[in-house]
Amino acid sequence: MIRIALLVAGKDLRIEGRSRVLLWQVVPFGAMALLLAGLALGPTQAGHSRAAPGLFYLVMLFVTLLMVARSRAIESRPGTRASIDTLGLDPAGIFLGKTLALAVELWVTGALLLAGTVVVLHTSLHGTLVGAPNVVVTLGALAAAGVLHGALSGSNEGAATLLPMLSLPAFSPLLIAGERAYSAVLHGGALWEWWTISLVAMAAYLGLGILLYGVLEES
Amino acid sequence: MSESVASLTDALVVRGGFPLLSGVTLDLAPATMSVITGANGAGKTTLLQLLGGLVALSGGSGVVCGVDLSRDDRRALRRRVGWLGHEGSFYDELTVRENLHFAAKAMARPVEGISNVVARVGLEGRELVPARLLSAGQRRRLGLAWLLLRRPELWLLDEPYAALDDEGRDFLDALLADVVAAGATVVVSAHDALRRVPEGTRTVRLVGGRVAGSA
Repeated sequence: MIRIALLVAGKDLRIEGRSRVLLWQVVPFGAMALLLAGLALGPTQAGHSRAAPGLFYLVMLFVTLLMVARSRAIESRPGTRASIDTLGLDPAGIFLGKTLALAVELWVTGALLLAGTVVVLHTSLHGTLVGAPNVVVTLGALAAAGVLHGALSGSNEGAATLLPMLSLPAFSPLLIAGERAYSAVLHGGALWEWWTISLVAMAAYLGLGILLYGVLEES
Repeated sequence: MSESVASLTDALVVRGGFPLLSGVTLDLAPATMSVITGANGAGKTTLLQLLGGLVALSGGSGVVCGVDLSRDDRRALRRRVGWLGHEGSFYDELTVRENLHFAAKAMARPVEGISNVVARVGLEGRELVPARLLSAGQRRRLGLAWLLLRRPELWLLDEPYAALDDEGRDFLDALLADVVAAGATVVVSAHDALRRVPEGTRTVRLVGGRVAGSA
């Protein structure tokens, strides 16, 4: 399972690296969103910092939906799909591999956007660094939930519409927990409760994905 | 115990309430080549998909490579068949070598064999070219290299002669003859009967998802 996961993750990351969608579409979109938010919030630095966690996770939500769709599209051509199916890869390994690749893409985007929040929204560098581990876990959980719901939405013409509808209820607790934890390290407040939600959610989605990904792909 | 590689009896495949295949009875002997002909929509691709465990059997019965299509897990069958689609069967963004490396690693085959199959299909010098930049004929050769590397028992080739020039057709004829001689079973779909087939090749004609003739 781990061997297949690393193989699939390496392949997905290599394909993403070649297509450069992350670099030329996703990251500029995120940077522009932060810049426009900063301008809309006006010159008050304290207000910027307070809004930063919510804005960060709002942008990451759009990025996640886009990258899940990209991840699905890699094998969407009928011939490619049939070829990969006849390799007989372990579905749990495919799930973990796709989750790892998506998580790496989200971590890279998240790191750039966190740097952007420090520069544009004036969040404290120390608070951002302290909050980074929770961001890593939350984005990992988003990746696992995204890959699972990508399989649930299928690969037909309606999948692009179905994916946000199916995944938003699953993403919401993760986004709220992530935003609250990030806010807590920046401005004080309960932290470990939100950490617990992120960790439990990541473990739950990884477990569900390992168990159900093959069944969802078959159906 | 049947000696057939694949045996279908009154096979029925329904998708979206529409029967794509109906009453198909077929027997494929080992180390033979079969050609499935028929017009667009006749059910050729669906029949290949059924033989590969890629679509479910809705009725009738079938056993392929020892796997009962109505009872066993179809995933057990897929690892034993190879698929080549006319639209391409690999990752466009990866190079020829990277595609083959992925297939070899996925099947736990030695990657040292890649150079041999690349030479066998005549893609030397193209190893570092992304698949999307290959011509139709070269893409077909890459798909064949993928299958040569995997060495499946049952080769399922969906319209492999489409968009091939005479040289490409001759190459494919020779390669498939070698594959059959080596003991694999090959099933090819085509719009029309092939202009040249190995001795003993069986032709099955499909019309509207039913077998209209066999020779």
